[in-house]
Amino acid sequence: MKKGHIIGLGIIAVAIVIIMSSIGDASSYESFGTAWEMKEDGDDKAIHVVGQLKKDATGEVTGLEVGQDKTSFTFLLVDNEGTEQKVFYNEPVPADFQRSESVVVIGSYREKEIFVADKILMKCPSKYQETDVQAAGM
Amino acid sequence: MINTFMGNLGHLMAIVAFVSSLVTAYSYFQYFKANELEKASWRTFSRVSFYIHTGSVAMIAFSLFEIIYNHRYEYFYAYSHSSKALPVHYMISSFWEGQEGAFILWAFWNVVLGVILIHTNKFWEGPVMIVFSLVQAFLVSMILGVVIGDLKIGSSPFILLRDATQAPIFEMNPDFVPEDGTGLNPLLQNIWMVIHPPTLFLGYASTLVPFAFLIGGLVTKRYSEWIRPALPWAIFSAMILGMGIIMGAYWAYVTLNFGGYWNWDPVENAVYVPWLILVAAIHTMITFKKSATALKTSIVLVILSFILVLYATFLVRSGVLGDASVHSFTDLGLSGQLLIYMLFFLVIAVFLAARAWKHIPTSEKEASVYSREFWIFIGATTLGLMSFQVILPTSIPAWNALVESFGGMSNMAPPADQIEFYTKFQLWFAVVIALLTAVGQFFWWQKMDKKALKDALITPYIISVLLSAGIIVLAKVYDWKYIVIVLAGTFTIVANAVILSNLLKKSTFKLAGGSLAHIGVGMILIGIMFSSGYSDVISINMSGLTYSNSWEDEMNKEHVLLWINKPTQMKDYTVIYRGRQKKVVGVPEYVPAKILESTGNVNEALALEDYKDYFKKGDLVSIVLEENDYFKIDYMKNEALQFSLSPMSQFNEGMGGLISSPDSKIFLDKDLYTYVAAMNDYADPEWKEDEIYEVAPGEQFHISDFVTYFDGAEVLKELEGYTLQEGDVAVKAKLRVLDYDVEKQLEPTFIIRNSQVGKLPVIDTELGLKVSLENILPEQNKFVFKVNQYQKDYVVMKAIVKPYINILWIGTLIMLLGFTVAIYRRFDEFAKMRDKGME
Repeated sequence: MKKGHIIGLGIIAVAIVIIMSSIGDASSYESFGTAWEMKEDGDDKAIHVVGQLKKDATGEVTGLEVGQDKTSFTFLLVDNEGTEQKVFYNEPVPADFQRSESVVVIGSYREKEIFVADKILMKCPSKYQETDVQAAGM
Repeated sequence: MINTFMGNLGHLMAIVAFVSSLVTAYSYFQYFKANELEKASWRTFSRVSFYIHTGSVAMIAFSLFEIIYNHRYEYFYAYSHSSKALPVHYMISSFWEGQEGAFILWAFWNVVLGVILIHTNKFWEGPVMIVFSLVQAFLVSMILGVVIGDLKIGSSPFILLRDATQAPIFEMNPDFVPEDGTGLNPLLQNIWMVIHPPTLFLGYASTLVPFAFLIGGLVTKRYSEWIRPALPWAIFSAMILGMGIIMGAYWAYVTLNFGGYWNWDPVENAVYVPWLILVAAIHTMITFKKSATALKTSIVLVILSFILVLYATFLVRSGVLGDASVHSFTDLGLSGQLLIYMLFFLVIAVFLAARAWKHIPTSEKEASVYSREFWIFIGATTLGLMSFQVILPTSIPAWNALVESFGGMSNMAPPADQIEFYTKFQLWFAVVIALLTAVGQFFWWQKMDKKALKDALITPYIISVLLSAGIIVLAKVYDWKYIVIVLAGTFTIVANAVILSNLLKKSTFKLAGGSLAHIGVGMILIGIMFSSGYSDVISINMSGLTYSNSWEDEMNKEHVLLWINKPTQMKDYTVIYRGRQKKVVGVPEYVPAKILESTGNVNEALALEDYKDYFKKGDLVSIVLEENDYFKIDYMKNEALQFSLSPMSQFNEGMGGLISSPDSKIFLDKDLYTYVAAMNDYADPEWKEDEIYEVAPGEQFHISDFVTYFDGAEVLKELEGYTLQEGDVAVKAKLRVLDYDVEKQLEPTFIIRNSQVGKLPVIDTELGLKVSLENILPEQNKFVFKVNQYQKDYVVMKAIVKPYINILWIGTLIMLLGFTVAIYRRFDEFAKMRDKGME
């Protein structure tokens, strides 16, 4: 076997490892329903759930509870299938959290009552979509 | 009256730029094909056309900046990216905050490079400028804003606000101009954001140069000659792109709150990958110049680096990343255009390379293990695999979009813990790279066989093992992975330092680029290992609270809650939050916010007290960005103040809430990085119910936890802000409230006029108290106070120690210096050949 072949095989081997690990370590988008099924099947892998904060009739965010020392909080997230879930996040409330249009939580179920988020991504209303210009100065 | 002239001018110039780029491409094509007689006139025509293009691109940039600079908020771009309070240097940032501005910046750099190329090349002008003009046509089309039927080409930055939004106000008054813009994202209000985007875009733009030379080489069948002129530009591009990336990382470190400089966010990955490929390309190109091998690899890598820059742009600006990135990029509807842009050049490059493939000279002889070609090839391969490992998971959202566009379903998401995921591969690749740079350099400068290699490596090997041992023991590096990194890093540094000293002894500094850059790489590796691997959160919460959930106890609370004035223990330090501060024009230090009162005008405040020698009570002072609060955090050791940090936060209505930035204390051997994660909002306090205290002068009592002394009252002759009339009685009570080591004077006032009672309560936002003097009971010699409480001011803070981060920054500087030396050397070579008439 020529040296070139050995190197070629080596490259292919490393590339396969990379591809396999990318697929293996890739997370997935789930609903709270499927996330709980995964947890029951013993799969503790962190997954993504996309949802909206629960709002009351007046459009105010409800169910946000800040821990006593203000370093963690829980909130209610409604996923795209309408399932409501209490989520715990071990960080202070991000500044524009309540304004966010949609929230992606990355984490897993601890128990049925509580989903623990390791990370939160927020989609905030972009100023590009801001349709009402504040008539300040009018 | 609304201004339409500047917008029309800008829009017109965009159209001129678009048309002139196409004309230039066509005329350079004619020049390229023309016979000797006609060549001169086609060349003149092409150049004039390109200069017209250059002029119009400059005018586009000018128009947009004029709109921002003169606060023309009738334009959507100025309204949504700028505001009146912004200083000029941040207006420059506003320019490229929007995607359209970024495209203009890119196009601008391209014309600058184009003009330089026209004047530094003889032979290559035609083919290179055809590629340039075509790229310009695509770039300018992104800001064209022309609608043909249902087809929208580009998004113009020159549209008026009334056309961009459907706000009802414009139906009533089409000429309505908002008073102020919504401002620049506070995170971008940083000096690094003024220089980072232009640097990065110059890096982006300059990847075009080697690509254009390559295309020129392929069409003119000069399959190998293109390397010489392309090489200095490839190195230039790698240097600038690298500098842009590092500036971005530094900006993230000093402004963003994620606690580091690199997050493996898709946006970062998208520039990291083309940079790695470009670095690989430089190495194979240099090898080719020396020994006529690796030409095909160079061609593939140069094409790849250019296409990857376009792919990065596509990922970042098409909105395809969607839920995957913390950066919210909005889809301007350019994804189709960006895709066509990328595919157009990909197809052309692949077609030309494939057509030329069998004519491209290769060396039949297989490279020996003791040849530099072999080791360079291994290095380039490692860089390629490194890139592959990053770009593959980063592209998951694009993959989902692709599957969905064919009607499929894919719910793949990027790895949940990106830092861990990428690190576990990149770390080992980086170790391999470090070892290769050390060994490779010896192969590069000397003819090697087994014995020569052993002789050359033995000294640096011994020195670096001894050095590493020292580092490992002194800095307590006990993790085996990190020990390997220290070894690899020091080996690179030592081996390249040996090469460097040999080179300097024998020949000129001109050849030192490579070894300098590699020393930088070794330092970067060690710096990253220490600052990230041993990054230590010292703000561990030890409040002793028990949590409602038992499992919550297991979780590390990496933030501390600091009540104002209350000392809190944090590892070696006692920290105290001392209240908010503002930045005042002409004052070199921060000024306590409580002595400033906003006048209602933008960035103007009234001084309520004297402040040192800087201003007097009653002065009007100018504030630098009034929305910014700087939270004063005192770090004490053994009761003595060591230093204060002032992490910033900005409340910005138009931008969507609060945004904060860290502050760091920089030591020689570490940084102490501090940021505020949450804070009290006392703008609209919910006062608790009334508490009534009846106190005699001289008495001591408690308001909540505060020990309070009632020192007495005095009858006032005059009262600020009021004109006392004949017969009025005004009484001021003097309360002293103690909060830890701070003593506060609260002086509520009570006025009687014509048997009417007026009360002037005092509000102390820091203590969260509202105190009013309700009544005076002369017969009992008692005063009645009403107290409402809200809550004391507080911040929730995180503090991280980052050891030896300076090694990382110094390493980057050395690497950039190495690049600079290499550019000088390679351009010098090219210029000499050109002047001999060879190119």
